[in-house]
Amino acid sequence: MAQFDVIVLGGGPAGYVCAIRAAQLGLSTAVVEKDKLGGVCVNIGCIPTKALLYSAYIARVLAHEAADLGITTGEVKTDYGVAMKRSRKVSEQNSKGVGFLMKKHKITVLGGTGTVLSGRKVKVGNETHEARKGLVLATGSRVKGIPQIGLELNGTTVISSDEALFLEAAPKSLAIVGAGAVGTEFADIFNAFGTKVTLIEALPRILPVEDAESSDAVAKSYKKRGIDVFAGAKVTSAKVAKDKVTLQLEVGGEKKTIEAEKVLMAAGRAVNTENMGFKEAGIELTDRGFVKVNLDTLETTAKGVYCIGDVAGPPMLAHKGSREGVVVAERIAGHHPPAIKYDNIPSVTYCKPEVASIGLTEDQCKEQKLEFQVGRFPFSANGRARATNETEGFVKVIRGKKYGEILGAHIVGGHASEMIHELAVARENEFTVEEVDLAVHAHPTLSEATAEACLDSMGRVIHI
Amino acid sequence: MATKVVMEALSPTMEEGRLIEWKKKEGDAVKVGDVLADVETDKAVMELVARAEGTLLKQVVAAGATIPVSDVVGWIGKPGEAVETDTADKTDKTDKAGGTGNSGGAAGPKPEPVEAPKPERRPEPAPAAARAPAAATATAAPPARSNGERVKASPLARRIANERGIDLASIQGSGPAGRIIQRDVESAQPPAPAPAPAAAQKPAALPARTLVIPPGQAYRDVPLTQIRKTIARRLVQSIGPVPTFYLTSEVDMERVADAREAINAVGEGKVSYNDIIIKATALALAQHPECNGWWQDDHIRYWSEVHMGMAVAIEDGLITPVIRHANLKSLRDISAETRDLAARARDRRLTPEEYTGSTFSVSNLGMFDIDEFTAIINPPEAGILAIGRISEQTVPAADGLEVRKRMKITMSCDHRVIDGATGAQFLRTLKRMLENPLAMVW
Repeated sequence: MAQFDVIVLGGGPAGYVCAIRAAQLGLSTAVVEKDKLGGVCVNIGCIPTKALLYSAYIARVLAHEAADLGITTGEVKTDYGVAMKRSRKVSEQNSKGVGFLMKKHKITVLGGTGTVLSGRKVKVGNETHEARKGLVLATGSRVKGIPQIGLELNGTTVISSDEALFLEAAPKSLAIVGAGAVGTEFADIFNAFGTKVTLIEALPRILPVEDAESSDAVAKSYKKRGIDVFAGAKVTSAKVAKDKVTLQLEVGGEKKTIEAEKVLMAAGRAVNTENMGFKEAGIELTDRGFVKVNLDTLETTAKGVYCIGDVAGPPMLAHKGSREGVVVAERIAGHHPPAIKYDNIPSVTYCKPEVASIGLTEDQCKEQKLEFQVGRFPFSANGRARATNETEGFVKVIRGKKYGEILGAHIVGGHASEMIHELAVARENEFTVEEVDLAVHAHPTLSEATAEACLDSMGRVIHI
Repeated sequence: MATKVVMEALSPTMEEGRLIEWKKKEGDAVKVGDVLADVETDKAVMELVARAEGTLLKQVVAAGATIPVSDVVGWIGKPGEAVETDTADKTDKTDKAGGTGNSGGAAGPKPEPVEAPKPERRPEPAPAAARAPAAATATAAPPARSNGERVKASPLARRIANERGIDLASIQGSGPAGRIIQRDVESAQPPAPAPAPAAAQKPAALPARTLVIPPGQAYRDVPLTQIRKTIARRLVQSIGPVPTFYLTSEVDMERVADAREAINAVGEGKVSYNDIIIKATALALAQHPECNGWWQDDHIRYWSEVHMGMAVAIEDGLITPVIRHANLKSLRDISAETRDLAARARDRRLTPEEYTGSTFSVSNLGMFDIDEFTAIINPPEAGILAIGRISEQTVPAADGLEVRKRMKITMSCDHRVIDGATGAQFLRTLKRMLENPLAMVW
């Protein structure tokens, strides 16, 4: 029986980061991974979709802006298969990079599915390994269908992101069920590759967790691009044929029929808690199926067993899992890391225009009866955005009326994903809108819009 | 090398001690922790224990002698070992803080200085997490950074503090490297606004319950506001270091008498009027933390915990043993504890922890047939309640006159902490509890 200080079950962004931090702290560490290192994120999630979104962006620029930019192209043709293969290369390189990091930190990678035994032991294949100091569950999540309405994943006509990322060609038509980050990003990708896309969301808005203004801005942009957007739409039934799917929708009391070559299921994910001995080892689950953890320590109901990432509960975001991995590693090493501020985790959707946010939405501020002042600045009034044809969107800052704290911030725009961190740092350090404005912002940059939105929240906006 | 045995500071205020009786003879073998002698301090009879192992070589002072703290009273070492005869070793005298006498790094642990029991740092409100890396700096930093050291605080914390009139230097930060963040300022509430004098006519309108001590904290230090500083300065000029005023109220004790009779009829022990008064006072204080405070010169410490000092007359003096958390204890427990503490106080067998740290005191001279009196405040406490006797009085009733058991209570208030209306409100709550004892369990 091999012994390690720390064994991490799962080599995704929560697990492998946890392992590296543990190794940095001098703990002997092993990672159990049944598939490729990097997990969903690197292999079939965050990374390949970003590669495809870049293809989509370039295709759109070439098709719609090139002539105006003084660039002559022939007829712009797209080939999803080629873009897909490039995205695979990006993923493979990243996964290899994780493998290199494991070697660099002398972390043992155990290939196979781990079964948790009591006493912080893990069985991989025929071998049992013991974690002397801490066992970390980072088993992640997976796609799921909605069999209740006849939309069980079949890999051909009813697919998930797992298949969409490997299609050799873009389908002629695609209905996407679920307009969270995943559904919204795929709508952007396939629209650019010539697919007739219908985006369906049961909740009243697409990107339902984002601020209403952000949802509206993306919906408007999508409709302009020819994507059919149905929010507040219920799929009442589905007929799955060999080469097409027919969906019955109910939208605002009206019935609608949608036919598509494929349906992409992007409504929620299931966490991986089954068939790994969790229950037998005393690891309890919550009512919603996540592993039950003490939010302060991330320890499960089994002593010395920790849980991080998607399987530990929402938000199911790679960066949330990575941070949990670092914190758990430090805790196991006997350190006392600062608690994770779960209310200061940025949320990003990488469609064009990108959507990024941190903190509370305006509706949440209203629900909590907070006194606040909203500051906005549209990119249409920002020099850099005009120069790069990225005038869609805005920066919106919600400022506490009394003290000027940043209750929430919402950015829709070409590079929102990169811009949100200025406000994440500000919130993490309790800067108020004034400190954000006091820092001189370079001109011309998109980030000036952030400073202006802060000024606007105080009634002092300059450029509008 | 032989080890000195010195007179240790056995109570917080002890400057000298009288060695009553040696418990070990010269030549006796002693182990660390063995009782060497009984010592009478300013408050009690305490044990002087051995800090080194060996043989008690010499008793330098005789029983009955009074010796300053840190002076040598004896020597411990190997049999036959020579000891210094010049016991007035000046270098050791400087070692008062430690109250110890290990010379030249000889064997035996260095005794910890005996100090007044300090209230523990408040429990962490949040995940213990954020703390530890910062803990060292946080505890090391003096609470009032009057030395010009920069107060680290987030911009938001500064704004909230500024708006609420909170002095950042009085707050410990829980952020990175001891930085003061929003939650630190929010848990440090500003002092309750001083009630307007005119409000005495309409007590119900007073903002008396604005003092909030966050759950889980033993007390809250509140910096002095300017008005409070002025009140303190002017009153001290007028009356002396503790500007005291007195509030007297007559309480109907019929129902307490009934309740006491009923409890005692159960036959599981006796409860005294004093026990009931202590319990009621503690509960009333818990409702009026603004009367449960310590004057600390540059701030007021308002306690959420109620530790009741109980004046006990002893031979040639008095002492106030403390019933800790009296508001949380049952009458049965209070009764047992007061009996035990009073008995041991008379035998002078209380430990310093047992007679220090009270937040408010009660003095009862009812058993001496005193109708009413004023008690003297025991600083840093801000109030003391003087309990007179319970006597039959004729009082007006609905249909003429009625003879009822009545008791006069007089509260001495430190005006720097307690204003007239504040004290009156507390007394009113106490009176209501005594006149309707069921209110105590409400």
